[in-house]
Order: sequence, then structure tokens, then C-alpha cells
Amino acid sequence: MTNDAEIRLRDRLSKLSGLDLLRGARLSGELERLKRQIDRIEAEPTDEEIWTKVELARHENRPYTLDYVERLLDDWFEFHGDRGRADDFALVAGIGKLNGRTIALIGHQKGRDIKERTKRNFGMAYPEGYRKAMRVMEIAERHGFPLATLVDTPGAYPGVAAEQHGQGGAIARSQAAMAKLRVPTVACIIGEGGSGGAVAIALADTVLMQENAIYSVISPEGCAAILWRDAGERQKAAAAFKPDAAHCLELGVIDGIVPEPAGGAHQSPDEAARLLGAALADAFEALDDIPQAELRTRRRHKFRSMGVLA
Amino acid sequence: MAEASKIDVSIEHKHAPEPPAKKHPNTCPTCGSHYRDDELDAALRVCGQCGHHFPVKARRRIEQLADQGSFVEEAADLRSADPLSFFDLKPYKERLAEAEIATGLGDAMVIGAAAIEELPCRLAVMDFSFMGGSMGSVTGEKFARACESATAAGVPLVSISASGGARMQEGILALMQLPKTVCAVEELHESGCALISVMAHPTTGGLLASFASLGDVLLAEPGALMSFAGPRVVAQTTREKLPDDFGLAESNLRFGHVDAIVPRPELRSTLARLLRLFGAGG
Repeated sequence: MTNDAEIRLRDRLSKLSGLDLLRGARLSGELERLKRQIDRIEAEPTDEEIWTKVELARHENRPYTLDYVERLLDDWFEFHGDRGRADDFALVAGIGKLNGRTIALIGHQKGRDIKERTKRNFGMAYPEGYRKAMRVMEIAERHGFPLATLVDTPGAYPGVAAEQHGQGGAIARSQAAMAKLRVPTVACIIGEGGSGGAVAIALADTVLMQENAIYSVISPEGCAAILWRDAGERQKAAAAFKPDAAHCLELGVIDGIVPEPAGGAHQSPDEAARLLGAALADAFEALDDIPQAELRTRRRHKFRSMGVLA
Repeated sequence: MAEASKIDVSIEHKHAPEPPAKKHPNTCPTCGSHYRDDELDAALRVCGQCGHHFPVKARRRIEQLADQGSFVEEAADLRSADPLSFFDLKPYKERLAEAEIATGLGDAMVIGAAAIEELPCRLAVMDFSFMGGSMGSVTGEKFARACESATAAGVPLVSISASGGARMQEGILALMQLPKTVCAVEELHESGCALISVMAHPTTGGLLASFASLGDVLLAEPGALMSFAGPRVVAQTTREKLPDDFGLAESNLRFGHVDAIVPRPELRSTLARLLRLFGAGG
């Protein structure tokens, strides 16, 4: 471990001294900061480990929302349509029994083969998807069903029709709908937590992340294209904005990490589902202890205090 | 643009015109008219020939809207930290320092108490010239404080957005400013105070997907780009030919996403009318 840490530190130091933009004073400050972090570095994922997680989060055999629904919920009934315009297959919503108790569940859904991927639009929802989600949130609220959301999207769909149907407003209102709920809510990032399309259904009392999931403000490719002016620098971009679960936990963005089977969730979907089910049950049980009147205030306060100021 | 050609050459060539040579900021990009600074400021930075709305910096915007001498800035001392020690081609801290020197602002938003036609309100005004108006921890915090300040005073909040979206250099914490500002608006609304959201060019990405879309009233400036995904991203992803008015305020009005498009010379009086209607007493 010590050896590893030294290698990582040296790696970081060599990157630093290679940056001609850094002036002397800044550089020495940075070196000091790195030295202080020697111990912490051991626990922090390296740049390569972060990229491995990006790849695992996008693995084509990774379990998707309905794979978990099938294994965790009894009597699942799926709702369809936003009651206005269309049904969006990139986002599924329904009710079912988790350990004997009815819960509502909303999740992004990707496809396994070309045909289904197209149908599911690669897990990229239109505003219709978020409107369906809001409709199911209302049902949960009306009947006192706890709400679980499973996040797995590269992002909300960037298309002409999506914009014309109000993509930005739908994402904003979906968050607002979650901020209004009085029922307990648990969100878990189970693959890609891509930007606004992800956070639209992740304003929850407890936010969890699977070990190999990523949660980020922009895709590594998008960030690289804008900041490095080269989408090929995606590994550098991912290393810079740190979308892995350990960093999200450290920054106070999520409340817990859900373990996965060795090698990633796709190695054993059954085991991954068992671990996720246990984490959801634990999270709901903890929320049951909080008086309903306090839940919403607590949730808003949690998100209100996010961010780091100088 | 050169950087985009590396991403998808074919699409750039098919759909994007050659980028125009960089014009002087006081030259109208629509009709080519050129103005002196004082002329443009006197005209509220609107082109007298064709009506093009030039960008307005936060402090200038406050001068345009608030009664003279009524503005009292709040939370001016907030500054961004660098929680990820982010650097792309430059360290984030250096970008922040450069932006502060260039704009004289601590971040991309200025908030404070003001009066418009003697009606008290709170203002939250964004400045695109500070790192593209991007929303990071400070902008989110300032907006949340503006909501709380409006609630405490029982007056409406007027927000003027001009932003490319979330600030990538703050990573996931920038994304968290979406739910943060959404929660702040919820609290504001529950206290009975109105949010009047004015969207200037551009209001895209995380801004459109958070507080800017949650106003009781949504107003837009003529020609403002208001889309969740930018035109270049949409063109590259979908390989569709975009409509000429893709994501513009006019298109948003047609599709029912804003209440009105208000030309800048009418903005102050329109806001005053809304403040009278919503009641400055909360």
C-alpha cells in the first residue's frame, strides 16, 4: 500500500511540475497540499481506477432498473404514459411490494440489444418521461407509498423535439415535485448518473450510489470536448471531475455506497440485487424513524447546504 | 470552431456555417451597426437599427432596473473554493482570479435588496462575463440567500439569468446547485412570496433545469437562447437539421414555455406591474 501511495504521489507530482502554467508560489502551495494528503491518497481512487469505474458503470451487461425490479419487487405493476402526450420508455415507473410493503419505484431504463436500446433511447428520457415520473410521485404521495428511484442515464435526451416539449422545465419541475413530497424517498445511482437527467429524480432523503456507479455534472466526453477541446481527453476529464462514489461521498453529495459483487454488478445480477435490496430496506427503515413532518424540511435542508465555499 | 472539428468533422461541415470573425463587442452581430459605449448604454444596450439585445453585465442591469440608489448588495463576500483541485488547461483557482479581475465580481451572480418604481423586492442578477455565468457553489448559495432574504422581508424575488449552465470545474457539487436552488424556490413559494424569472441570453443547461424555470412568471428577452442542450450538442447527437429558431425565446413562447417576451426598454415597467400584482407585502 505504501509503495502504491508513493507511486501515485510521484505521479501527481510529476504532472504538477509538467504544468508550465503554475507559478512558483502556487506550485509550492500545491506540493504542500499534496504532502498533507499523502495519507489520504491511499484511500482515494487513482485516475485509472476512476476510469475503470466509468467503464463498469457503462458496462453492457450491467443490471438495469427492470433487472432489479424483477428480483426485488413482488406484484410489480408498471404505469405508462404522462397523461398528456406519450409514454417514454427511457424511464419506467410503477408500484410493487418490497419486503411486503408497497412502494413506488421510478428508474431510467436502458436496453440490452439494438432494438431495445432504440426503444429505450439509451436511457435518455424526454420531458414526457419526467412528467410520467411526476405523475407517479403524486400517486406515492396520495397513498403514502415510500418512493425509490434508480438513476441510470447518460443524461436527458438532447433533441429538437425534447427541447420543444420543455426538457429544462420538466427536469426543474420533477426536482420540485420531489422537494414537495412528504413520503420517505431513497434514490440510488445504479450506473450512470448523468447531469440534469439524473438529478431530476434524485432529490431524495437518502441518496445512495453503487460502488461502481458514477454521478457527474457532464459526461467525461462532453467535459473533455469543452475544457480540453478534444473529446479524446475523456480519461483526463473524468480524473479531474471525479465522478466516482468515494469522491461523491467525501463531498457530501451522497449518503452511502452500496457494495457490488466482486468485479462489478454484471458479474452477478442476483447478488447485486440482494445487496441493493438490503440497502434500500435499511434506508427506508432509518427514514421510518423520522416523523413525517420533519422529513421534508430535513430533505430540503440537506440539499440547501450542498456546496463548498471559500 | 476548431475544437469541434476534432469531435465530428462531418456534422460540423454539413450543418454549421464557418464561424464569423470575432467582431467588436459593440458591433451588432445581426445588422452590423456599430455604437460607442455611451450610446449603447443609453439605449439599454439594444441595437437602435434592428432591436438586437446586446449582453448586459450584472451591475449595469441593476442600474437599468432598480430605482436609483435603492440597491443594497447582499452576500458580496462569498467566493468559490476549489474542492476538486480542478485543472483542465488552467487551474480553476486561476480562472476564478482572472474572472474576478476582468469583471470586478466575486462570482457570476449579484444579489441584493432593491426597489422598482418604489416597490420593494430582491434581485438576483447573473453575469455571463464571469466564466460564462456558470453556476457553482457560490451562485447557488447566493440564489438561496436571495430567496431567504425575500422571504424574511416578505417581498417578491426577481431573478435575471444569463448562464451557460452548471460550472464543470466544481464537478458534482455544481450539479447539486440544481436541487439546492429548487429547494430554495420551494421554501420561497411556501412563504407566499413570488419568484419572477427573467431569462436573458443565454439561459441554458442547469439554469433552465432549475430555478429559472420555476418562477411564478417566466419572462424572456427577445432572441435569448433558452434550451437545456445547446444547439451544437443537439446537432451532433441527433444529426438533425435544427430549425432556425431552435431554442430561442420566440420558439419557447410558441411552445408554451414562457409567459411573455419582453423587450428590454419595457422590462422595468413590466416588472413593476408584476410587483404591484403579486403584492410587495408577500
